Amino acid sequence: MSKLQNVGQQVLDWVDDRFPLTATWKAHVSEYYAPKNFNFWYFFGSLALLVLVIQIVTGIFLTMNYKPDGSLIPGTNVSVAFASVEYIMRDVAGGWIIRYMHSTGASMFFVVVYLHMFRGLIYGSYQKPRELVWVFGTLVFLILMAEAFLGYLLPWGQMSFWGAQVIVNLFASIPVIGPDLSVFIRGDFVVSDATLNRFFALHVIAVPLVLLALVVAHLVALHEVGSNNPDGVEIKKLKDPKTGIPLDGIPFHPYYTVKDILGVAVFLVVFSLVVFFFPNVFGYFLEDNNFIPADPLKTPPHIAPVWYFTPFYAILRAVPSFLGTQVWGVLAMGAAVVVIAFLPWLDRSPVKSIRYRGPIYKTALVLFIIAFIGLGILGALPPTNLRTIVSQILSVVYFAFFFGMPWYSKMDKTLPVPERVTDSTLGRQMRFLALFALTLVLSAVFAWVI
Amino acid sequence: MSDQQVDNSKRRFLLVAASGAGAVAVAGVATPFIASFFPSERAKAAGAPAEVNISKLEPGQKIDVEWRGKPVWVVKRTPEMVANLPKNDPKLVDPQSKSSDQPAYCQNEGRSRKPDIWVAVGVCTHLGCSPTFRPELAPADLGPEWLGGFYCPCHGSKFDLAGRVFSGVPAPTNLVIPPHKFFGDGDSMLLIGEDQ
Repeated sequence: MSKLQNVGQQVLDWVDDRFPLTATWKAHVSEYYAPKNFNFWYFFGSLALLVLVIQIVTGIFLTMNYKPDGSLIPGTNVSVAFASVEYIMRDVAGGWIIRYMHSTGASMFFVVVYLHMFRGLIYGSYQKPRELVWVFGTLVFLILMAEAFLGYLLPWGQMSFWGAQVIVNLFASIPVIGPDLSVFIRGDFVVSDATLNRFFALHVIAVPLVLLALVVAHLVALHEVGSNNPDGVEIKKLKDPKTGIPLDGIPFHPYYTVKDILGVAVFLVVFSLVVFFFPNVFGYFLEDNNFIPADPLKTPPHIAPVWYFTPFYAILRAVPSFLGTQVWGVLAMGAAVVVIAFLPWLDRSPVKSIRYRGPIYKTALVLFIIAFIGLGILGALPPTNLRTIVSQILSVVYFAFFFGMPWYSKMDKTLPVPERVTDSTLGRQMRFLALFALTLVLSAVFAWVI
Repeated sequence: MSDQQVDNSKRRFLLVAASGAGAVAVAGVATPFIASFFPSERAKAAGAPAEVNISKLEPGQKIDVEWRGKPVWVVKRTPEMVANLPKNDPKLVDPQSKSSDQPAYCQNEGRSRKPDIWVAVGVCTHLGCSPTFRPELAPADLGPEWLGGFYCPCHGSKFDLAGRVFSGVPAPTNLVIPPHKFFGDGDSMLLIGEDQ
C-alpha cells in the first residue's frame, strides 16, 4: 500500500469512528443486495432521482433572476414576473437553457414517475412487505403534483393564471368552509400578487423540503425490506448459508450503478433532444397560451392543464354537479390519486408479478391502461357531449380497476411462482414491444377519432 | 444511588402538563403564521365600486368592466333576446334563481333591474373561468336549440342570456349578479358594487 492510500485509510478511519460513513455506503450502495434480474423498468427510480437533482440545480439558478412580482410594468399589460422570465430567456447568459432544462425536467419528472409507478403496479412491488415503500411513493407523487402546480403559476402567463384560478376554486367547492378556504389559499379575493408570492415561497423552499424528506423515507423503507423484481420472488428467502447474502442478489454498486449509467445516457439523449429542438413539445410541455401575459378579465378560449394532470382533470370534468354543488368532481379527482396509496390492501392476489397472474388481472390491467391514457387524451381536449360521455365511462373503468381488485385479484387463476428468479426471455421482450407499439397506435387513433 | 421509589403518577402528570403547555405555545406561535395567509388590510380595502358609462352600448353588445379584480359583464339585450329567455326555462337548473346569488331586485326572469341591461360577474360558478359570450342563434357547436348565452371553455358549462345555468353541466348555480344601480342623466351611468 502506498503512503497516500495509507493516509486516505487513516482519514476514513478517523471519520468512521465519529460518523457511520463507510457503514452507510455499504448498507445502501456497495452491500445493498438487489435482485439480479432487474430489467429496463428499473431505470426509472434512479432517473427520478436524477431529474430531482436537475430540478433543484436549475431551480436555484432560475431564482437568481426571476421576480415573483405580479404588478404591471407601467404603461404595459405585462407583469414584472412575466418580464423577468422573458429576461431570463433573452438576456441572461445561459438563461434559456437553464429555463428549458427546468421546464423539460418538470414534464420528464412525470414521465419517469409514471413509468416507475407502472413498474410497481405490474410487478406487485406494493405488496407485503413493501406497503410503506408504496405509500411514501404515492405521497411523493402527490407532493410532486403540488410542486408542479405551484411552479406553473410563476411565469404569470394566461395558463398560469387561469390554471391556478381553476385549481384554487376546487377548494372553494368544499361545503361550508370552501369559500373562506380559497381566500386563505390565494391571500386575496382573486388570484393576485399575494398568491404569486406565496406560491413562489412554497415552490422554492417549503414543498421541495417535504419532497426530499419523503424521497429519503421512500429509499430508507425500500432498503429495509429490499427491492422487488420482475418475478416477484423474495430473494431474501434463499441465502448463501455461509455469507448470508441472497443467492439471487448482487451488490447495487458496481452492478446497478453501472447499469443505471446506461439508463442515464439514454435518458439524457432524449432530454437534450427536447431541450434543444422542441422545448414546447407542441404545446404539451409549455402551453402556447402561457406566452401571453396573464389577463384576469379574459379566460383563453381553450384551457387545459399540462399533460401530466390531464387524466385527473378529465375525471374532474366528467362528474356533473348535483345537489347544488360541484364538490363531487373534486372528490372524484382527489380519490383518483388517493386510491393509489391503498393498492397494497386492495390486491388480494397470492402472487406479485404480472408474469404469474391470470387472465382476469391482465384484462383488468389493459382496461386500466386504456382508461388512464384515454382520460389523459380527453383531459387535454375541449369538452363536447361525446367526449364527456367517454370520459365518464373511462372514469368508471379507472375506479373499477381499484375497487374491484379485492374480488377479481382473488378469484383469478395464478401460475406457480418459481423458487429463484428467472431470465427475461426474448419472447417476453417482443410481446412487450408489440403491446407498447399497439398502445401508441391506439392512443393516436383514439385522439384522432374523439 | 438513591433508593427512593419512582413516583410514576407524578411523572405522568409532569409529562402531560409539559405536553399541554407545549401544545398551547405551538398554537400561539402558529397564529401569526396562519393569520399571514389571509388577505392583508390593503387587499381587503381594494373593493371600491366601479363606474361605467353605458349610454353608448348598442343592442346585443357586451362590455367587460373590472370590479374587485373580477370581470363584470354589462350586456344590452335586444327585445328578441329578452323574449327568448322563457323558452329556456324547462332546460334550466334554477330558472327562478331560488338558490342562486343575486340581489333581491334581480330575482326575476331576466335577472336584471331593467329588461335590457343585464349585469353579471363574468366568472363561472363552477371553477372560476370566464365564460365566452355566444349571442348567436343555433351555432354548429352548441346545437340547434341554442338561443344565445354563455359557454364556459374550461369545463363546458352553459348559461342563457340571463346567466341561468343549463342542467347537465358542471356549474351548479346561475352566474352571480353583483349589487348595482343606475344613475346620471337618463340612467346613462352604471355603478357596480353599490346599490344604495
